Amino acid sequence: MLKEITVTVNGEKHTLEVEPRLLLVHMIRELLNLTGTHIGCDTSSCGACTILMDGKSVKSCTILAVQANGKSLTTIEAVAVNGELSALQEGFKENHGLHCGFCTPGMILRATELLANNPNPTEEEIRWGISGNLCRCTGYNNIVKAIIYAGAKMRGEELPSTEPQFV
Amino acid sequence: MIPQSFQYESPGTLAEAIQLLHQYGDEAKILSGGHSLIPMMKLRFATPEVLVDINNIPGLTHIVEENGKMKIGGLAREAEIEHADLLIKRFPIFKDVTKLIADPQVRNRGTIGGNLAHGDAANDHPAVMLALNATVIATGAEGTREIPIDEFFFGFYTTALQHGEILTEIQIPVPPSGTGSAYHKLERKVGDYATAGVAVQITIGDDGIVKAAGIGLTNVNPTPLRAVRSEQALIGKPLTEHSIAEAAQYASEDCNPSADLRGSEEYKRAMVAVLVKRMIHEAANRASNN
Repeated sequence: MLKEITVTVNGEKHTLEVEPRLLLVHMIRELLNLTGTHIGCDTSSCGACTILMDGKSVKSCTILAVQANGKSLTTIEAVAVNGELSALQEGFKENHGLHCGFCTPGMILRATELLANNPNPTEEEIRWGISGNLCRCTGYNNIVKAIIYAGAKMRGEELPSTEPQFV
Repeated sequence: MIPQSFQYESPGTLAEAIQLLHQYGDEAKILSGGHSLIPMMKLRFATPEVLVDINNIPGLTHIVEENGKMKIGGLAREAEIEHADLLIKRFPIFKDVTKLIADPQVRNRGTIGGNLAHGDAANDHPAVMLALNATVIATGAEGTREIPIDEFFFGFYTTALQHGEILTEIQIPVPPSGTGSAYHKLERKVGDYATAGVAVQITIGDDGIVKAAGIGLTNVNPTPLRAVRSEQALIGKPLTEHSIAEAAQYASEDCNPSADLRGSEEYKRAMVAVLVKRMIHEAANRASNN
């Protein structure tokens, strides 16, 4: 039996008829054609499907679309405003925070909530903060650097060096 | 992976939810945080015909202290518990345990009620609740009833909750000063179930005598396990390296771990002993600063 739900996605209101078993990530990708949200493991392990639901980072493969009724969602498509990269996107770009890019949308949305809750996190807090997001390319160091860079930019401080570090 | 079809109900009141659970009986499952149930439904290990989503019922997310008890609503999410200052001040063990439950996104959804009601000995809150001597409040058609935590866990995925009952609150007695608590689990990687986990709460009087001790074990027994002999080894005497070693030894003997990818039975018993020692030290340390 189809259920009618209303969700606000990236500021735009949608009314949809969905099967209760439809997963939120499929609603986003297949009904709304927002394919920036990726499906990685499909078992709530990898974090590639991370979006913001009412400002909180969640794994959209483990939420039913019907549970998003009345909620406000943000996906990677809405992170840049008027074509201008967000501080996090700029951080990832400047620090080689991505190689293949598959984990990046989830990483950026997870880091968005992390910096909203804790504008000046330590490296340890960043590493714990992204522990639900897997990256198989970067070894995480450049992702951590990217988040440190974005934090500094958002606080209006001097930006850390983006030179690669060889250790 | 897509779950089998089901009917979705999203009641706005507890009474309505209980009525739905009675109406559908065994065919209905309660959806709380959903981070155990939805993965099971995707794998079709669980195929409920009706889901009763309790997330839209108000009044179940509180974390308050009242009449000497800390009261936590069944729908309080792990991320809220992680940042509940009063709770953490009284029970630092909640800071330890929430940090080790899955990952931040899962903690944004997962609820303490769901963690307990799932009845999985691999979950982390059961051992903590044993150490803290919690009481589970269940609400059903007849009203509420109190279930002492020692009578709550029955077996694999089985608890004292009856059909038509919802875990609405957890009550934890606020201990006297001189009490400390700590939890740690050994895990292979973030988000894994415990190879072994140990929760300890200990109360030490001004005279240095241990007045009370609670010790719970995670994932080393078919059900969450209270280490009774370990508790008794500590109570009524000063805390010494000898009594701590004894408690560790008893816990490693009394648990019943099974060999799996996380380690052999012997290894798990050895890790239980190590963790019991460490957590008693950590809890005692915190007790002396409280």
